[in-house]
Amino acid sequence: MKKDGIIKTVVSVGLPVDERLRVMKHVLQPDTLSGDEKRICIVTGTHGDELEGQYVCYELNRIIQEHKECLKGIVEIYPALNPLGVDTISRGIPMFDLDMNRIFPGNEEGSVAEHVAAKIIQDISGADLCIDIHASNIFLREIPQARINVNVADRLLGFASRLNLDFVWIHAAATVLESTLAHSLNSIGVPTVVVEMGVGMRITESYCHQLTDGIFCVMKDMGIWDGEVIEPKKPIISEDGEVGFANANAPGIFVPCVEHWRNVEEGQLIGRILNPLDGTVQEMVKSPIHGMLFTLREYPVVSCGSLIARVLGGDFT
Amino acid sequence: MRKECVFSLKNSYRDDMNVYGYSFGKGDKSACIVGAIRGNEVQQLYVCSQLVNALKELEEKGAIVRGNEILVIPSVNHSSMNVGKRFWATDNTDINRMFPGYDAGETTQRIAAGVFQAIQGYSYGIHFPSFYIEGDFVPHVRMMETGFQSPSLANLFGLPYVVIRRLRPIDTTTLNYNWQLWNTNAFSVYTSATDWIDEPSARQAVASVLRFLTRMGILRYTSHSGYIASVLREDDLTNVKTDTAGIYRRHVDPGTEVHRGDVLATVTDPLEGCVLTQILSPTDGIVFFAHGAPLVMEGTIIFKIIRRLHE
Repeated sequence: MKKDGIIKTVVSVGLPVDERLRVMKHVLQPDTLSGDEKRICIVTGTHGDELEGQYVCYELNRIIQEHKECLKGIVEIYPALNPLGVDTISRGIPMFDLDMNRIFPGNEEGSVAEHVAAKIIQDISGADLCIDIHASNIFLREIPQARINVNVADRLLGFASRLNLDFVWIHAAATVLESTLAHSLNSIGVPTVVVEMGVGMRITESYCHQLTDGIFCVMKDMGIWDGEVIEPKKPIISEDGEVGFANANAPGIFVPCVEHWRNVEEGQLIGRILNPLDGTVQEMVKSPIHGMLFTLREYPVVSCGSLIARVLGGDFT
Repeated sequence: MRKECVFSLKNSYRDDMNVYGYSFGKGDKSACIVGAIRGNEVQQLYVCSQLVNALKELEEKGAIVRGNEILVIPSVNHSSMNVGKRFWATDNTDINRMFPGYDAGETTQRIAAGVFQAIQGYSYGIHFPSFYIEGDFVPHVRMMETGFQSPSLANLFGLPYVVIRRLRPIDTTTLNYNWQLWNTNAFSVYTSATDWIDEPSARQAVASVLRFLTRMGILRYTSHSGYIASVLREDDLTNVKTDTAGIYRRHVDPGTEVHRGDVLATVTDPLEGCVLTQILSPTDGIVFFAHGAPLVMEGTIIFKIIRRLHE
C-alpha cells in the first residue's frame, strides 16, 4: 500500500523457478469517492522495447501525488503490460514469440499469453478513456502522434486532439489490427487512443513532458483533474491518403541529411545509403512527396525494404 | 527438375538470400508446396527437401501426369535459419504474417510479395508450417474456416486428422489464408516436429503429399491408402493446463489413447525435487498435442485431447 494510491496486481502467473509474472497498476484516486468519478487508464509497455511511456508514467505519478488535492477522478497507471519483455529488452513476450499486441482480447482459458491479455482487458473494462502509449521501435523515430482507426475516429478525435500532440493520423481499418489492445477496448466501449512517439529503447524527455501535459489537459476536460494545465497544441489531423513512404531499395548504412519533423520537397534528398566495404553510395533516398517528415529512420543498418521515412503531404509552417 | 530463383534479397553484410523453386513437369499450375518460412522450421525444410528428391526421381521415371506442373519451395527464410532465429533476423517480423506482401513495402513484406507472386495460380497449395506453442502434434492437415475450405479434399492426404481452425484476425496475413483468397485450395500440413528432425513423421508427410498429388491426378505413384481422417474442429479439443509452474515430466506422447484420470504428466518443484502436482486426464480420448519443453509456467496448455475418440 502506498500513501497516495494503491498498487494492485492485474494478473499474476507462476514462472517455472521461484518467480511470478505480474502485471501491476497504480490506482490513484481522491481520498473520498462519490461513486461518480471518471476513470482514465494509462497503459504502456506492451512492446518490451518501447520505453517512452515509462517516463510518462513516472511523471503522471509524480505530479498527481504532489498535487493530490487536484485529483477528482480515478487514474490507473499500468507501466508494463509485458513486464518480462521490458525486463529482457524483448519486443514480444519472452517464451511465446508473440507480439502481445496481436493477441487481444485474449482468452481466459487459452494459452498463458492469451490469459494475461484477457485479464488486462477485464481490468480496463468500464474505464472512460484509455491511452495506450507506444514508442515506435528501435528502427524509427516518430513525432508525438495519435493513431486512430477510421472506424472510431468520430469517438476518439476529441480526446486525441487535446493530448498536446503534433499529429493525429486517422488510418484505414485492417483486419489484422483487430487483435490489438486498442481495437479490443474500443469494441467494448472503452475509448482508447494509441499514442506513438520517440524511438524504441530510449526516452525522449521532451516528448514525454509534451504528452504528460496533454494527458492532464484531457483529464481536466473529463473532470478528473482540476489543477492548472497548459493550452494543448492543435495537432495536424490527416488520413492515410496524405502520407508518402520512402523505403530503402538497397542495403547498407543509412545516413540522414535532413532533420526530423521538418518540411521537405518532393524529390528532396532525405539521406544516403552507403556501402562501408567499398565506399560507394548505394542509394540516394528522396522524399516521395512534398510535406512534413514525421517518421525518420533512427537505426543506421538497412535492408532492402527498410522504412526510411514517412512524409505527411501538404504545406506546414 | 528445373531450379529457379523465385526471389532474391540483396544483402550488405552477408550473402544475398535467394529463394529457390524446384519445378517438375510442364503444363497447368497444379500444385505448389512451400516449406520453411520461419528460421527454426528445420523439419519442414527437411520434408520439402525429401519431396524435391522424391519428385526428381518420379519425374525421371515419367510419373508426373502430362500437363501438370508442380513447384516446391523448400525454404523462404534461410537468412534467419543460418543464424538460429525463428523470425526475420534483423527486425523479428514473421514472414508468415506478411502475406500477400507488398513489393514496395518493408523487407519481409517484399519477401512475402516476391514469393507469393511465384506461387499464385496453382490449383492446390500445401504449406508445412509450425505452431507458436512449443510441443509435438499428431500429424494432421489444418484448414482455416474461410468458407472456401474443403475437408473432403484434405482427407485425401491420408493423414489421421483434419483440423478446422476458426479464423482469427491474425490469420488473415498467413500464406494459407491468402492462397485461399486467391483461389488456391490451401492446406497446412503439420508434422510432429519443428526445430529437430522426426524421421517417421517426415516420411509420413512426404508420403501424404505424394498420395494427395496422385489422388488429384497429378502424379502416378502407388502408395498405401493412408487413413480416412477424423475431421475435428480446433475449438472442440480439450485443453489441459497445469495449475502449477515447475519442471514438467511428460508421461504420454501425441497419439496415445488416454482415459479419464490417467496421469498425463507431473510437475516437480525445481529447487526441492518433490512432486507438486500430477496432471490427470479430464476425459477419455487421444492426445493430439503435448507440450515439449522441460519447464512450464502456471496455466500453460500442456495437452490438447480429442475427446471420446479411441484408437
